[in-house]
Amino acid sequence: MGALPETVQFPAKETTRVEYGKILAQLGEEHPEIVVLDADLSGSTHTARFAKIFQDRFFNVGISEQDMMGTAAGLALGGKIPFASTFAIFAAGRAWEQIRQTIAYGNLNVKIVASHGGVTVGEDGGSHQAIEDLALMRILPNMAVLAPADGPETRAMVRWAVAYQGPVYIRTSRIPFPVIHDENHTFTLGQSRILREGDEVTLAGLGLMVHHCLAAADLLAKQGVGARVLNMSSLKPLDWELVVDSARRTGCVVTAEEHLATGGLGSAVSEVLAEFCPTPIKRVGIRDTFGLSGKPDELLKHFGLTPEDITNAALKVMARKLRP
Amino acid sequence: MHPITDPNRLKEIARQVRLDIVEMLYRAGSGHVGGSLSATDVLVSLFFGHMHLDPGNACYPDRDFFVLSKGHAAPLLYAILARLGYFPQEELGTLRQFGSNLQGHPDSKCTPGVEVPTGSLGQGLSVANGLALAMKLNRSSQRVYALLGDGEIQEGQIWEAAMTASHYNLDNLTAILDRNRLQIDGRTQEVMSVEPLAAKWQAFGWHTVEVDGHSIPDILDALKACRSVPGVPSMIIAHTTKGKGVSIFEDQVKFHGVTPTTEEYQQAMQELQST
Repeated sequence: MGALPETVQFPAKETTRVEYGKILAQLGEEHPEIVVLDADLSGSTHTARFAKIFQDRFFNVGISEQDMMGTAAGLALGGKIPFASTFAIFAAGRAWEQIRQTIAYGNLNVKIVASHGGVTVGEDGGSHQAIEDLALMRILPNMAVLAPADGPETRAMVRWAVAYQGPVYIRTSRIPFPVIHDENHTFTLGQSRILREGDEVTLAGLGLMVHHCLAAADLLAKQGVGARVLNMSSLKPLDWELVVDSARRTGCVVTAEEHLATGGLGSAVSEVLAEFCPTPIKRVGIRDTFGLSGKPDELLKHFGLTPEDITNAALKVMARKLRP
Repeated sequence: MHPITDPNRLKEIARQVRLDIVEMLYRAGSGHVGGSLSATDVLVSLFFGHMHLDPGNACYPDRDFFVLSKGHAAPLLYAILARLGYFPQEELGTLRQFGSNLQGHPDSKCTPGVEVPTGSLGQGLSVANGLALAMKLNRSSQRVYALLGDGEIQEGQIWEAAMTASHYNLDNLTAILDRNRLQIDGRTQEVMSVEPLAAKWQAFGWHTVEVDGHSIPDILDALKACRSVPGVPSMIIAHTTKGKGVSIFEDQVKFHGVTPTTEEYQQAMQELQST
């Protein structure tokens, strides 16, 4: 259960989209009602693994994401548990209204697992880098919005999604992340985990940025600053109690996401703090611009999404703390 | 007994349903009269004369499914569902009111018998495909029906769904196109041409037939024939008149989304009562 003690080192890395494909194939065995849809990207989203084993329960709709969402809705109405996958930009972007009108409005049991979230898509460039998907999904009533931080969390989340009744959006990533949870990790909707304790600043991250928050906490520790690190994998519903508790305890908060600084985690945390516990906050995210081609590391640096950027944000926001 | 095979009885139900529609829309003060009346004979034939249903029990597990892709014809669907005993007839008077189970466009969360939320055009056929796929996986003989508008098929998603239905050999799906030739801004041929309709659906791999959408025997025959076409989905292009049954509404662009005045209402009720 939960995060590993920080002394345990895991050299292993896993890619959340790959782990999604693996666990889906495994769950397909356990749950005959699972069906999977893809829109000509099954090799990239890793639904191809399921497709190979369960040919009659896999539906490639071709390059038609809008139709895919509607078809998934129909399968859900017919008693199936559909998982619909494509790139995040096409799922949340192109098919947004289909998701809104049928899946969210109808509160249907469709699981959208979208890969290639954020700028670490890399060379494909801004057209393929979803930096607004979390915002687009988070504003939809009934929709749960999740982003796993590693392989074990992906597996736990997908397993959870099968049992959960209702629409879910899960964002996976193209590049591998370090493994930070143990194999028995479980996922609870609306519950975030404290990965590291610290009293002077809260670093709340999502997906890849959870790892950058941990690295930033290391950098801050070298300067004698204790940072509490949160994995905000349940973006909606948000663990607002933990957010408020952390804000009270540390007096300032940094959010970090591979997404626009508006609409996603930074906004969600800001909303909670503004309403329940006004606290100095800095949002690490992409600032009102689109992605670019490049290597993931180059892009993370360009858009200010590195551990150093989070560290700097922490030092700045600490200086704004309200002194009693 | 269900289904009803006597065309004259179905004709009488259609007349009653038209009266319900005009009454509902007059009371509501807003809503879509033209496209509800154009598809009345088609849907009355489908629901009362063809589909496998259990009147009085909207949740009957072996039922056939219906998706109203042209969701603005909600008054028509509600009038039929009430007459099937899925909810009390008196509720029809609450259409579009605050707190009503009868939302302006179909909402499956509110109304027994409404399977799918629709209203944003072009999306229902995909959902019907998904239901048809689920029934195939279940090796169930349950069929899926969808009603599309002729303006609605200007939406690109319809053609994505058209490909999917034929790619997956959804012969348990029958779609019906309400070809009433009008849309909000005018005649379809002026706003955005949709012809050649039958050739389009045929080219997408559908078994396609054309019927007089106000001839109940012809509609029933087409529905029956489509059941036994193997390997491909079926499309029934129903040639209809928008506002059918009330002379002042018929083929009038204005009555797409405008409800009748008191005089128009009185004239409409009189006409429908005397037929």
